[in-house]
Amino acid sequence: MKSNPKDNRKPFDVNEYSNKLFKDGREWMKTMFSKIPDQIRRLLVVLVLLVATVWIVKAFIIPPELKEKGFFRTSAIESELSKPIHYVGNGDCAECHDDVSATKALGYHNGLSCESCHGPGKEHIDDPAEVVLSAPRKRDFCPLCHSYNMSRPTGFPQINPAIHNPLEPCISCHDPHNPEPPEVPHECAACHAQIARTVALSHHVRLECITCHATPEDHKVNPRFVKPSKPTTRQFCAQCHATDCEVKGTPRVDVNQHGERYKCWQCHYPHMPEVNS
Amino acid sequence: MNRRKFIGQVPLLVSLLGLVEVWSRRLLANIVERTGSIGKRQYGMGIQIEQCIGCARCVVACKAENNVPPEPFFFRTWVERYVIKKDNSVVVQCNQGGAGEIVETVKERDTLRSFFVPKLCNHCKNPPCAQVCPVGATFQTEDGIVLVDDKRCIGCSYCVQACPYGARYIHPVKHTADKCTLCYHRIKKGLLPACVEVCPTQARVFGDINSVASPLVRLKHMKKIHVLKPGLNTEPKVFYTDLDGEVK
Repeated sequence: MKSNPKDNRKPFDVNEYSNKLFKDGREWMKTMFSKIPDQIRRLLVVLVLLVATVWIVKAFIIPPELKEKGFFRTSAIESELSKPIHYVGNGDCAECHDDVSATKALGYHNGLSCESCHGPGKEHIDDPAEVVLSAPRKRDFCPLCHSYNMSRPTGFPQINPAIHNPLEPCISCHDPHNPEPPEVPHECAACHAQIARTVALSHHVRLECITCHATPEDHKVNPRFVKPSKPTTRQFCAQCHATDCEVKGTPRVDVNQHGERYKCWQCHYPHMPEVNS
Repeated sequence: MNRRKFIGQVPLLVSLLGLVEVWSRRLLANIVERTGSIGKRQYGMGIQIEQCIGCARCVVACKAENNVPPEPFFFRTWVERYVIKKDNSVVVQCNQGGAGEIVETVKERDTLRSFFVPKLCNHCKNPPCAQVCPVGATFQTEDGIVLVDDKRCIGCSYCVQACPYGARYIHPVKHTADKCTLCYHRIKKGLLPACVEVCPTQARVFGDINSVASPLVRLKHMKKIHVLKPGLNTEPKVFYTDLDGEVK
């Protein structure tokens, strides 16, 4: 009988196999390790130490916030937000200084923050008894805003400190919490001097400015925002210069024929109307 | 393809499908996030040139609020004085950030026009300073404010060079870049930036650009608005009214 070769084979034993493999592997490792030159083995130790150090630094020493992924460190925003505040705003001042606030709210300085003049108020609010804010009393402070400067907007109240009551502190005449409006000019010439000088030489010298310009009273206080009117039609000039008008001694033209396509002031400057032509 | 082959490839197909699903979800989340940021707060500032009296209270307040070094050449905000002469030449003065005494070098009769221009960090939508930062120390918050992380900043001053508006300086003590934060620590608590708070003529206006009726939106609605160096496509969030063409 032919023997089956499979019967002669030893039955497969997992334990034995793994033991053998493990033993072989260990021996192989041992021989391989002993084959490695000594200097390389030392280097390997150093390498292992290095890797371990890097791992320890990454895992334990670097703070977790630096490891956050993203375009920026999120705690940077927190540190920005935790910065102390110095200027508190008008509302907090009004809680105690309600009388001054009420005065100021009605005056020309109503848009002005308390801290613009008195400085940052946080420390004063935290400890009102100890920290007292200073008030500028000297003559050099108000001109920071109110001295004349050609770059400042027209209509903003400005003075020349050299000639405006020299040596007198501003607060002796003006209450900074409720500054009086500047004395309004009685005559238009106070501001519109160039026009006044021109009109003085012209035939319109007898006319008052308000003949042609209806001027609201507020224009004297708020010259840039409340503006006087100007004539808009030919009929306005015709009141004095039409052939059939009742005013005496004025040059007459036939309003319907004379330069009908144009407004009068396109040819005649009203503040200096020519007479001979 | 027989059945055996097909069954062999099933695991591969399933894992591929899974990957596609993860990717598409991420893409969707990205889109949702982006469209959501359109309605978010974007802080900005308006500056009305015709209201500015050049008193430099803003410069003083900014230094006090943000502990800006006292030397007269470190500023987070400053006020320039423009004098345009009758021969069309331009003189720009900025003595101590505008807080110093103004020395009149141009006679008034030689002057065509003159005005003050307050300047600060423009908090650009496309900030060149953030692009050049090699360590990612300059970044934009989600409300559109450009901040400097002074713990990351290495003080290489690339950003100082890159800013087209000259808004940055290197802090002499910390040796890091520093600039206007639009008083981030104040506005997040509902206060106004210090410069806006003290401005005596309300030339400075602060608000949220995306709001329906913030003071800034009203200003942009009512006035003719211009920004500095629009050609650079930085999209500044500091808006000027009545800005003269000579202002660079």
